[in-house]
Amino acid sequence: MADEQQVIDSPADKKIIASGYTFGTVTDQIASVVLTKRTPYVVMGTFAVAMGLLLIFLLAVGILFTKGLGIWGLRGPTMWAWDITNFVWWVGIGHAGTLISAILLLLNQQWRNSINRFAEAMTIFAVACAGMFPILHLGRPWLMYWLFPYPNTMGIEPNFRSPLVWDVFAVSTYATVSVLFWYVGLLPDLATLRDRSEHRALKVGYGILAMGWRGSAKHWSVYETASLLLAGLATPLVLSVHTVVSFDFTVGIVPGWHSTFFPPYFVAGAIYSGFAMVLALAIPLRAVYGLKGLITDQHLDNAAKVMMATGLIVGYSYIMEAFSGWYSGNVYEMAAIWNRMTGPYKYHYWILITCNVIAPNALWFKKVRSSPVILFIWSIIVLVGMWLERFVIIVASLAQDNLPSSWRVFESTRWDWATYLGTIGLFLFLFMLFIRLLPMISIFEVRTLLPQAKIKEETRG
Amino acid sequence: MNKPIYGLLAEFDNPSALVNAARAARENGYRKLDAYSPFPIEELSDALHLHKNKLPLLVLMGGIVGGTLGYMLQYFVTVIYYPINIGGRPLHSWPAYIIITFEMTILFAALTAVFGLLGLCGLPMPYHPTFNVPRFALASRNRFFLCIESTDPLFDHDKTAEFLETLEPREVSEVAH
Repeated sequence: MADEQQVIDSPADKKIIASGYTFGTVTDQIASVVLTKRTPYVVMGTFAVAMGLLLIFLLAVGILFTKGLGIWGLRGPTMWAWDITNFVWWVGIGHAGTLISAILLLLNQQWRNSINRFAEAMTIFAVACAGMFPILHLGRPWLMYWLFPYPNTMGIEPNFRSPLVWDVFAVSTYATVSVLFWYVGLLPDLATLRDRSEHRALKVGYGILAMGWRGSAKHWSVYETASLLLAGLATPLVLSVHTVVSFDFTVGIVPGWHSTFFPPYFVAGAIYSGFAMVLALAIPLRAVYGLKGLITDQHLDNAAKVMMATGLIVGYSYIMEAFSGWYSGNVYEMAAIWNRMTGPYKYHYWILITCNVIAPNALWFKKVRSSPVILFIWSIIVLVGMWLERFVIIVASLAQDNLPSSWRVFESTRWDWATYLGTIGLFLFLFMLFIRLLPMISIFEVRTLLPQAKIKEETRG
Repeated sequence: MNKPIYGLLAEFDNPSALVNAARAARENGYRKLDAYSPFPIEELSDALHLHKNKLPLLVLMGGIVGGTLGYMLQYFVTVIYYPINIGGRPLHSWPAYIIITFEMTILFAALTAVFGLLGLCGLPMPYHPTFNVPRFALASRNRFFLCIESTDPLFDHDKTAEFLETLEPREVSEVAH
């Protein structure tokens, strides 16, 4: 734009936003992804693949509804397998979004401003995928509302002493608060889209969503308070959610589950896999849409560092898990750990150790962190590793539990695969719609990163 | 006489100019002011004396209500409505109630924060007089606006316009109702 003020200053921090951006060009670049008729072929292709997987999901769910849970590989004693593995995996992925949007906001980490929006979207869609599994696993999913306490003619209520009921409250609260936080963050950007779009229908649509936001100073001052409060509420919430998920296991007395360090171990694992997903989404996105000036190499570097740090915590947890199994002196605990390492699931176990303990150490090297391609591959490795971790914890402990006469090695079926891949389809489907319909980078927060946003006071007083 | 207007709107092209203008307007005695910017500006809130709002108190109350409801729900169900005696363990098993109490606290506090934000801002508000100024669409892009409203006791069309011109805006426009 010719009438833009000239940029004389260098950016506050060169690394988190390329120099030369103005309020106008930042706005136009991010909004143009949405306000155009052109969709890149890569995005269309991904969307087509996602739609295909989504159809597979619908088929799998349709067959599940007509035939029942037997189509999955669930056979006694392994009545939790892929379903709960997938649930924990998806919920964990969601946590990085909240960490970026809430915890890094409280810690005043400005680099979060350009990745929080799509990371929060990732959270919401991941939680949506996660929510599928416990519901489908109910056996009679259409009665899922029985999970909630409500006055009913049966005269029964949920058992509030059960971690599974805690989970219902934790995950549904998490989903609700994530959506609210995301929407509040979107308000000013929806107003931008309303003002920028030319088509009448778009103007009306974004206008309704923007609720008449006009950037008033009075509103901004309340808005900032609300953001901080929501961040302050979301921070303990996100830590509590995976803690409660880990209670699903630790409160039970199954060997390999019943331990006190699961909550921090699970939270670290969640953030680890979540940052892997952030990288797996950010790297292709910025390449396809040419957003390298906004999602810079520094962002990837920071995300990789968080991934490595949490990966090391996860590695430490594996060591402590084996140690406490041995140190407990309990034959069942020792057998459970030994069985993981050498039993029928040993390949799963050692692959997960490779993915989660050995692989992240490559991130010590700057060269690895500065190569987007390697980071992308590494994030996929981490996602695979974290899936295997949950699988090994759940299945290896259940399939060989306290009663050897009922042992049975778990075998997955094609419908386990179909349902799992189907939720990946659902996730990508929602995510592709999101980047096409809403600004994937928070425009107003990126504006605050610009050097022009700094106030030069004429007089004090 | 001109027909009544909502106010006068001055347009600036950078945040520093807006903050200085807002401060100058306050110093000149104007009180019915509002500024519009594409992103939150801390100094602007200072200049317009906007730092206090009721939201934290509302959120605190929302959290307390949520937590109390959560605890009472569990107490009611497990002790009064649907008591189950498991090996003689106490019915009022408060340690097991903590998690749902906590989740309900967060849920109610967060809902209060969002609806409180909308309520305190008076949103949704599909129509506002400032939207009548065509250039105001840039308030969500790269322009900064200061509006002196006609309800201000010091407001006088010509004098206020003259004052706004001294702040070196890009443009001063009338905001019709």
